[in-house]
Amino acid sequence: MGFEPVLTKGIGSVDLVDIENYESLGGYQALRKALKQMTPEEVHQEVKDSGLRGRGGAGFPTGVKWGFLPDDGRPRYLCCNADESEPATFNNRLLIEYNPHLLIEGILISAYAIKSTQSFIYLRGEFKRGYDILMRAIEQARAKGYLGKNILGTDFSQEITVHRAAGAYICGEETGLLSSLEGGRGEPRLKPPFPAVSGLYGMPTIVNNVETLANVPPIIERGASWYRTLGTEKSPGTKIYSVSGMVERPGNYELPLGVTMREILELAGGVRNGRKLKAFQPGGASAPILLPEHLDVPLDFESAAEAGSMLGTAGVVVFDETVCLIKTAKYYADFFAHESCGQCTPCREGTAWIKRIIDRFEAGQGTKQDLEILAGLKRTMQGATICLLADAATFFVLSVLEHFPEEFEAHMNGKGCPMDLPVEEVQTA
Amino acid sequence: MSAKATVEWVTKRADEIEKILARYPQKKSAIMPLLYLAQEERGYIADEDLEAIGEIVGVTKAYAESVVSFYSLYHRKPVGKYVITVCSNITCGLFGAADLVKYLEQKLGIKVGETTEDGLITLLTTGECIAACDAAPAIQVNLEYCNSVTPERADAIIAAIREGKTPEQIADEFGGCSLRPTAGFVRKAPAVNESEPKETEQADG
Repeated sequence: MGFEPVLTKGIGSVDLVDIENYESLGGYQALRKALKQMTPEEVHQEVKDSGLRGRGGAGFPTGVKWGFLPDDGRPRYLCCNADESEPATFNNRLLIEYNPHLLIEGILISAYAIKSTQSFIYLRGEFKRGYDILMRAIEQARAKGYLGKNILGTDFSQEITVHRAAGAYICGEETGLLSSLEGGRGEPRLKPPFPAVSGLYGMPTIVNNVETLANVPPIIERGASWYRTLGTEKSPGTKIYSVSGMVERPGNYELPLGVTMREILELAGGVRNGRKLKAFQPGGASAPILLPEHLDVPLDFESAAEAGSMLGTAGVVVFDETVCLIKTAKYYADFFAHESCGQCTPCREGTAWIKRIIDRFEAGQGTKQDLEILAGLKRTMQGATICLLADAATFFVLSVLEHFPEEFEAHMNGKGCPMDLPVEEVQTA
Repeated sequence: MSAKATVEWVTKRADEIEKILARYPQKKSAIMPLLYLAQEERGYIADEDLEAIGEIVGVTKAYAESVVSFYSLYHRKPVGKYVITVCSNITCGLFGAADLVKYLEQKLGIKVGETTEDGLITLLTTGECIAACDAAPAIQVNLEYCNSVTPERADAIIAAIREGKTPEQIADEFGGCSLRPTAGFVRKAPAVNESEPKETEQADG
């Protein structure tokens, strides 16, 4: 017997936006079980035992994160980070638009476990459809007694407020998210204090990603030991890999954590038009590139890191032999320069420098001095700022510089990009 | 007179404003939803809206301005009834977003940032990935998705706009997010063991 999808079960065959359909597949049974048969501590323990790790990029163990909340009687908040905006990532969007009740159920169970006063979904502004769907789903859940006061006749009450963001990548950083949710500019804050101690309105707050929370109902329903049969020992469970770039069949693929790029590529129909793989990013724009020699690296949190990259959001981008990595770097450089919030000098200035330098290379005008500045980014930008945007802005460029120095050299010819090729034909999903 | 009293939507949608405020433990959090409300009513956010919102949530107009300027989805000047935004990040870029922008500019007779003379369509680009990399190049029409936008599909989308279809209807026809089947997937690679990634690392350097 092969793999059974967990988070995407039913999508495509049933309209799970309708609560009745979601219930017919066993939906909201985990909430019932948690509220009626388990204490919040038991739910927390189950999540801890499951080994669930944060799916937003960092891979921090969720149950451990929940354990950082101080027990001091102050109000507590649960924030679902639905500001999915890491380039090349579209797995949260899938869950929000096609399986909203799984997310709502996950939020409610988690809110119960951490004794949250109120929950928030910080939703990417561009997800207009997702907003409408979530708002309807919340009202359906309320009508069924799953949400609101005295849920399922218990003492547990919970409201979920959906907060529409408005287009700022940095709000996906958890403290940027909190600044934004409080009604400000989405500027990240220094840690410590971590949100668990001083988060939303200075109160203990847990921020978890959409996919992380969507894992909670199946964990409660089927148990931590079942969950651990999926994925690897240190990275249990499944992951929705968002595969894009030069592959035949781009899209979301839910697979056990630890599958290899070779397996993903095979499922995705291989490299586009039978061309050769040049490099890939396993985890969105922020992830350093990996090479064909890394095809058999398990794409789980620790293996991707050991190979010199990171699993990140599992936004897998495939570059074939025809892709100019300098041009690719230009898309990312433009993006990071635009999205830097400007608080920290190394990031505000550094992302702009990277952009200007890459622009020069893209025009074939790169210089030796430019190469030296780029090589110094590790020292000038990494670990020098409040949040990780500055680090993220350097990873791709530096990994290209390390693995494909000849590509930079080819862009110092005084002419244009030596790799300019006809634009790829449009993808069909 | 206070801005609250003179800005029309504040009176018109008073009940909704109360509901929005009630959703948050602190009033200031309502700034962003109120900005959306103002934009919905006026099509963009005017200075007097900032003043009114400031009064409602208890911040200065300057503070409200500092917030609105941080986010890219708020318009500070009038836009068309339909706003087309072309994603220009990595995958859409590799799949011809720049050519698509040129095509749309030509077709609509406007440049990026401009609105057609009849006030119907504004053309924008975004450097933020819009999370539709499985269908590049992708665009949004009033934040609803349209996938795999070839020139032919761009023509059809604009025709649908001119026919008066809603962004939702247009996205029902042209949008969606893909999930590929993985049920029954069986791992072919040898079972994961701890030494594998280490070997790779050694091979690396």
